[in-house]
Amino acid sequence: MHRWLPENVSTFGSKVDEIFYLIYYITGITFVGVMVALIAFLVLYRHQEGRRATYTHGNTTLEIAWTIAPAVILVLLGFISKARWDEIKGTPPPADVNVRVTAMQFNWEVLYPGPDNQFDTPDDYQVLNDLHVPENKVVHIHLRAKDVIHSFFLPNLRLKQDALPGKEIIVWFQATKAGEYPIPCAELCGFGHSGMQGRLFVDDPTAYDQWKKEKWPQA
Amino acid sequence: MSQAAAVAHGHEHHEELGFVRTYLFSTDHKMIGRQFLFMGLSFLLIGGGLALMVRYHLAWPDDPIPMTSWIPGSQEGYMGPEFYNASFTMHATIMIFFVVMPILVGGFGNFLIPLMIGTRDMAFPLLNMLSFWVAAVAGVLMVSGFFVEGGHAAAGWTSYAPLSSVPEYTGVYLGQDLWCISILVLGISSLMGSINYITTIINMRAPGMTLFRMPLTIWALFVVAILLLLALPVLTAALGLLLFDRMAGTTFFNPAGGGEPLLWQHLFWFFGHPEVYILILPAMGIASDVLSVFARKPVFGYRAMAYSMISIAGLSWIVWGHHMFQSGMNPALGTSFMISTMVIAVPSAIKTFNWLGTLWGGNIRFTVPMLNALAFVSMFVIGGLSGIYMAATPVDIFIHDTYFIVAHIHYVVFGGSMFGIFAAIVFWFPKMFGRMMNETIGKIHFWITFAAFNVTFFPMHILGIGGHMRRIENPNVYPFLEPLHHWNVLITFGALVLGFAQLLFLANFVYSLFAGPKAAQNPWEANTLEWSAPTPPPHGNFPVQPTVYRGPYEYSSPEVKEDFLPQDRKLGPGLAAAH
Repeated sequence: MHRWLPENVSTFGSKVDEIFYLIYYITGITFVGVMVALIAFLVLYRHQEGRRATYTHGNTTLEIAWTIAPAVILVLLGFISKARWDEIKGTPPPADVNVRVTAMQFNWEVLYPGPDNQFDTPDDYQVLNDLHVPENKVVHIHLRAKDVIHSFFLPNLRLKQDALPGKEIIVWFQATKAGEYPIPCAELCGFGHSGMQGRLFVDDPTAYDQWKKEKWPQA
Repeated sequence: MSQAAAVAHGHEHHEELGFVRTYLFSTDHKMIGRQFLFMGLSFLLIGGGLALMVRYHLAWPDDPIPMTSWIPGSQEGYMGPEFYNASFTMHATIMIFFVVMPILVGGFGNFLIPLMIGTRDMAFPLLNMLSFWVAAVAGVLMVSGFFVEGGHAAAGWTSYAPLSSVPEYTGVYLGQDLWCISILVLGISSLMGSINYITTIINMRAPGMTLFRMPLTIWALFVVAILLLLALPVLTAALGLLLFDRMAGTTFFNPAGGGEPLLWQHLFWFFGHPEVYILILPAMGIASDVLSVFARKPVFGYRAMAYSMISIAGLSWIVWGHHMFQSGMNPALGTSFMISTMVIAVPSAIKTFNWLGTLWGGNIRFTVPMLNALAFVSMFVIGGLSGIYMAATPVDIFIHDTYFIVAHIHYVVFGGSMFGIFAAIVFWFPKMFGRMMNETIGKIHFWITFAAFNVTFFPMHILGIGGHMRRIENPNVYPFLEPLHHWNVLITFGALVLGFAQLLFLANFVYSLFAGPKAAQNPWEANTLEWSAPTPPPHGNFPVQPTVYRGPYEYSSPEVKEDFLPQDRKLGPGLAAAH
């Protein structure tokens, strides 16, 4: 199981994974329990000539118990989830770095604001599909779409957000490990949907400074 | 008792009807039910074929698909993205709207409701006939989309705008229009059917058939009819807006003209989530009936079963946002929809435990319908439990739009609804066609299907956990998916076995239709009223209006010597056998 989830490299990713495993154990135990009971009943109560089935219409105590138990577990799960959901998709922490990503058929257009940290100014730098961010910094992605709905998916950061035409959505993450990671589009966006992918470069401080120097030599 | 009088007269006239009135434009609910069943089974071949092509392409994206070069849209057997997107779009559309709904709701709804509540026909027989022929028109429209220039609709069965609303984004013109019109027309058919079902169940139950003496299949169909009546108009409205956007230049869903793409999703899923329950509830009712008959035991917690279906139906109106957690909808709304979704899992859990309770202490006969009903229960458990992962909003961030969702929906709709359909067809075949289906072929078909189903769909969970997106035509262009490729190959082998195993079922169905052994009136020794009618039931169903004396699940009752006690058998003080 643990090797099936892609490596997690974001600060909140492990919190997503924890709930995943919590649900995995709850549902796993439930599944095994139900199946053991089912198979046991099928063997124990298989048809035998001359035997008569137990005549019963139910058991109120039992039924109340198995109504309340799942209800309590599920609602608790809901409250655990709420806190983490708010952390990831609620109001983001203050940004260290801002990048605008505009989805279009079938590329991610990445716009860096440059040294002035303002979009739509002359020192902006725009490139297709390559997203450079520093390690251990809060990154705000200003997500837009030009044509249809796309979905900005960072499997290794446990982040996914649809990009909507006509709207800007800000999502954040903080990557914890330098490296190159995929940015596939996760929402059907047309005939080029398959293959629409960018690259996320999480740079350590020296690599990030060097990349900045390359792009803005005079700054 | 005017109804009883009508029954006495009604069944005498059926001999006079000619071929056209008997087999084509019939107003007999049983014939209309059979027509819906045949329509659904025919579409099953198309929908299944599309699935196999999609699977073949995913395992070997660079190879031509054998025996498919004749299909419109195929390039000498090679599948480009246009054909691929149209194929998975149409696979889902056909399976949902033209297979599961026609068979479970149209077919068994029509056939069973009057028989099981003990009446002569539907409340509005003519409307009933219209409902089938309107659905047939919708089917023709849908199939014609394959032959038009630009190909068939390719924006997914969910047709998210603006991909679906602006033709320039896909290059699909008439195909998508026909898709909209076909489902719009089908919606009219469903409305006619649902009004009929509701009226019939409320007004025409046999004397003594109180609501809480109705079989759970009827409860399920009753609830489904109410869902259809309220959900379909929303889809119809949304499709109307989509057509306006496509053909009349409006911009309801296009932000370029001030529209709102999320409006489509809200309207679609407001219909779409009740729709999921429309697909599964009839199978739940059928499984409850079949389990009880072959465990020779009353359904455990009958009232809880009925109430849980009612609460599923009620809650299904306030959970639609769980399809939209990552859509850009306000995250605070996400939390409310998560809680309502967690709550709707409770009635499903109740049903599962009650099915187990029904088996406990039984005297279980492993007939073909029973095997399929047991598969329904165990596969629905997997499909239900996997839903919890998506309901938890943080986990959904990762697994949304991955194969995990594809696995989940197939465990519910194939593992649930399709096994329910197999159980229902074999169980009611004797009453529908007067003959028994072959048991040996039935068992072989069941075991191959059950095994291949799990080989096909279980690994999709693993793909999804690995981050494999759905609806991508060529997974090999993603380096991070490479380590998962062998699962795709295994799934395809599973799917091919699963697909071709259905030919066994089809062969059994057709063979038994003409050459199966003649069925007794009540071959399964069941209690419900349809088994009191002659086999096959004549026009008007019951020679004498049945009267109902008890609930539908009096199996192994101490009141009689046999282990079943039909709902309409009158027990006098001296008639109850000593036991």
